[in-house]
Amino acid sequence: MKELFPKHPYRTHGGAPVPHCKNTAHAETRVMPPPAVVTLPMTQHIGAPCTPVVKKGDHVYVGTKVADSTAYVSAPIHASVSGTVKEIAKVMMPGGQMVDAVVIESDGLMERDPAIQPPAEIKTKQQLAQAARDSGLVGLGGAGFPAHAKLNVPEDKNIDTLIVNVAECEPYITSDHREALENGKNVLTGIYKIKEILGVHRVLIAIEDNKPDAIEALRKIADDPQMDPNDEVRVLPLHARYPQGAEKVLVQACTGRKVPAGGLPADVGCLVMNIASVSFFASYMKTGMPLTLKRVTVDGSAVTNPQNVIVPIGTKIAELMEFCGGYKEEPKKIIMGGPMMGVAVTSDELPILKQNNGILAFGEREAHLMEPTDCIRCGRCVAACPMHLVPTKLEKYAERKDVAMLKQLDIMTCMECGCCSYSCPANRRIVQAIRLGKFYVKKENAKK
Amino acid sequence: MNKLIVSSSPHFHAKDTTQTLMLDVIIALTPAMIASVILFGFRAAVIILTTVAACILSEYVSRRVMKRPQTVGDLSCVVTGVLLAMNLPVSISPIIAAFGGVIAIVVVKQMFGGIGQNFVNPALTARIILMNSFPAKMTAWTAPMNHSFADATTTATPLGMLAEGSADAMPSYLDMLLGNTGGCLGETCALALLIGGIYLVARRVISPVIPVTYLATAAVLSLLLGRDPLFDLLSGGLMIGAIFMATDYTTSPINFGARIVYAIGCGVLTILIRQFGSLPEGVSYSIVLMNILVPLIERAVKPRAFGKAKAGKAGAAK
Repeated sequence: MKELFPKHPYRTHGGAPVPHCKNTAHAETRVMPPPAVVTLPMTQHIGAPCTPVVKKGDHVYVGTKVADSTAYVSAPIHASVSGTVKEIAKVMMPGGQMVDAVVIESDGLMERDPAIQPPAEIKTKQQLAQAARDSGLVGLGGAGFPAHAKLNVPEDKNIDTLIVNVAECEPYITSDHREALENGKNVLTGIYKIKEILGVHRVLIAIEDNKPDAIEALRKIADDPQMDPNDEVRVLPLHARYPQGAEKVLVQACTGRKVPAGGLPADVGCLVMNIASVSFFASYMKTGMPLTLKRVTVDGSAVTNPQNVIVPIGTKIAELMEFCGGYKEEPKKIIMGGPMMGVAVTSDELPILKQNNGILAFGEREAHLMEPTDCIRCGRCVAACPMHLVPTKLEKYAERKDVAMLKQLDIMTCMECGCCSYSCPANRRIVQAIRLGKFYVKKENAKK
Repeated sequence: MNKLIVSSSPHFHAKDTTQTLMLDVIIALTPAMIASVILFGFRAAVIILTTVAACILSEYVSRRVMKRPQTVGDLSCVVTGVLLAMNLPVSISPIIAAFGGVIAIVVVKQMFGGIGQNFVNPALTARIILMNSFPAKMTAWTAPMNHSFADATTTATPLGMLAEGSADAMPSYLDMLLGNTGGCLGETCALALLIGGIYLVARRVISPVIPVTYLATAAVLSLLLGRDPLFDLLSGGLMIGAIFMATDYTTSPINFGARIVYAIGCGVLTILIRQFGSLPEGVSYSIVLMNILVPLIERAVKPRAFGKAKAGKAGAAK
């Protein structure tokens, strides 16, 4: 049965009128020259950390595998420059945990690994998943979920819709927007391969309507009978309301289906992939070059020249900033990712990771933290929650460490989109408390 | 490099604060305040200033005595002060008015922990306490547009006339809309209250759910009981109650479904008291009663988490 293509997005609940701040949307992406040193931490994805497969003194090329894992949910890591492994060092990740990292000193030649060649033609689902794993691809939209684990859809799940996520609802971030404008044809190639292998006949390119130029560009390509001979790929403009791009919200907006609590989009016949992931996969099939480069939006009040930059993974934030003209004012807060869900980092010495799509540096004024005041029960967090939770109660019970109540209030359904904290007139740090609450729940569950 | 600020996401925040919201409520009450001064003379302004001053002072002193962070700045005490004044007759003695302010803030609000913690509406509860303590003074209605206090003509409220079956001519709908009737300072001019309500909704300070449901329920029940729905909507404290009192953040439910139940309850009680009660008017009691029920309503009617199976089966199994 052929699924119909929706003309308008389905209704979704909640969200917040977050300002868009897409300052870098109209500037062409620039390519950053390779840095002298890259640092490649062993966790650049959700799942088990990798272990280095190179040792100090080894010579590596661009694309040489430097770390891998035997675990299923994990993805190998590849050298982004050619040169010598300087050391295996401990680095502190944005979350504060210490992990091993392969540090490579560049020889400046950027020689690609001679062993690299395009993968054999992909014909089965297993080959597709294997190719995704070999490429080191993780969800490039920010979550970093290993792509092969997503593409290896269980046999009992029938996928009828592929959703390409170009919603990009986070403020400031425009890397997917630029990908759509600069690499649209590549995206279609990737889509066609994936949908052919998975047997999907409905592909929705979901994009917020605050990017009219990208919608037009993608529509042109999707309407081209040469690119889309079966007319199975359509662009679906979404309302530009945060968090349209969050997976569950996106599935609902595109298909009207609700992913069950604790479930995956595959449970309702959907597969969601970020546009950059799809586009990268297309180039991988062409060249066989694994994931070593990443388009990153550099913006924020402290940045001299905000723009999108294609940067070797493992480059230090400080060097990326230098490339963007340095700091305009003293940075007080640096965020990996967008301002709603990104992580504030402790230093600009940290490397760019695979799943980074933005680096934002803010000055004093934007970084200023407001003191929380008492909850006035206005209910704005409840109205804003896309997951129909009661954030103010979650906050209260998290503070009391009341795990039973937290479970009853479905705390684990929270995706930490930040709409509640954003909307709270009392400046309560609701998401922070909920994270703590989730930790208590996980701890208690582990005890059993 | 200098130290960076590390905090939990989100790193963005809407501009609204408790203070700006309360300021918006005060702005929304301004038409009603102006109307009260036009209708009942400058004495209305004196009453408003008295209750506001009493509320601010009570809030300040309570917080000082309890050694809690000072909350005068969030302006919620000013809102309480204005709302209390709106619910008093213009002939009330300023001392009684000030006493009401102290009760509202000290007894009803701060003793339960301050903003966000009181379980009934402070202004309404203070009004009820004053009603029971000074019944005669609290129902001495002065005719509007008659500003000579020395020999002010007394009158009855439209609801009072209705209850007593008064032979006097009932005020016209236009008079009731403009507030040219007897009654409390701020309750008579429905037009000014509606303007304030539209402002609050437009500024997204309140959601229209509670006022619309409350007024609609009252109108429907009034019709069913053979009363005059338009008269009921425009008379007494229904308009100010539905727009400004029932929507009080702290004492109304926080989720959509519970708000509907709560507002229907308010509407039903209001009309039942008007029809069957011994009092001509029941908005204050209706709202305060429903305030008390809010925790129960919220327990019974809560939002269902996204993607969660319908309650009963999945919930009970765990």
